[in-house]
Amino acid sequence: MLSLRKDIVCQEAVELVTDYLEGTLSRRSRRRFEAHVRACPNCAAYLEQIRITIELTGSVEPEDLTPEARTDLTELYRRWRSE
Amino acid sequence: MRTVDSDLELLTRLREGDEEAFVMLVGRYQQAMLRLALAYVPSRAVAEEAVQDTWMGVVKGIELFEGRAAFKTWLFRILINRARSAGTREQRHAARELHHAVDPIRFDVNGQWADPVERWSDDSEDRLEAATWGPALQSGLEHLPPRQRQVVVLRDMEGLSGDEVCNLLDISVGNQRLLLHRGRTRLSEVLEAHIAKA
Repeated sequence: MLSLRKDIVCQEAVELVTDYLEGTLSRRSRRRFEAHVRACPNCAAYLEQIRITIELTGSVEPEDLTPEARTDLTELYRRWRSE
Repeated sequence: MRTVDSDLELLTRLREGDEEAFVMLVGRYQQAMLRLALAYVPSRAVAEEAVQDTWMGVVKGIELFEGRAAFKTWLFRILINRARSAGTREQRHAARELHHAVDPIRFDVNGQWADPVERWSDDSEDRLEAATWGPALQSGLEHLPPRQRQVVVLRDMEGLSGDEVCNLLDISVGNQRLLLHRGRTRLSEVLEAHIAKA
């Protein structure tokens, strides 16, 4: 039977991950992508890796300012305000 | 529980000349600003200068902030303007990049994974201790090409929306997504290498 449906391979799937997570895939592409990930443990693991990467990137904690930096800032602030 | 002052509360205090509010705002955004500035200028010293200029602009121009956009977006816009003029002329278009973000060497001739992909969720809790992945990610970020770094910092670290980032960086929706894709892919590789060593 003739089918318009074309399955994607892993190398194509990984390049769609961001579009998938951004919700910008067409409905058909999304279905194809999801079907592939369901059937492919490697791509499922890869998608998970990207999700974890995003989560970790978002949780890098800023360091606190040093006391010296705070003093410098206060002095700068006063100078700027008085100029 | 300690309540965290919102940006708007701090801004109100800043308008009244409250020094502590100023220091708190700087503490909140200093690192994000440095990271962003470093994606435009060649050295840390120049980046720090751009950040300091930005804060001066904020203090002197606090009345210009109308509250239509989030304070963070306003702040980043000032910074990007300063960093752009301080930095070497940035190329208007990123160099044509290769077609694939993920290294083709990882796939066989049929486009399937050559080696199994490791599942992180099983034991990543242990191996991804904050103390160790933090510096690895920071360093990975510093090595990203500037455009990718700009997008990843704003999207994934600062939580801006895709639209906000397109607007701030003056790039198309498609380009934004491509830069994000490449940046995230690269950072996941950095983490992967880090986990393999752990």
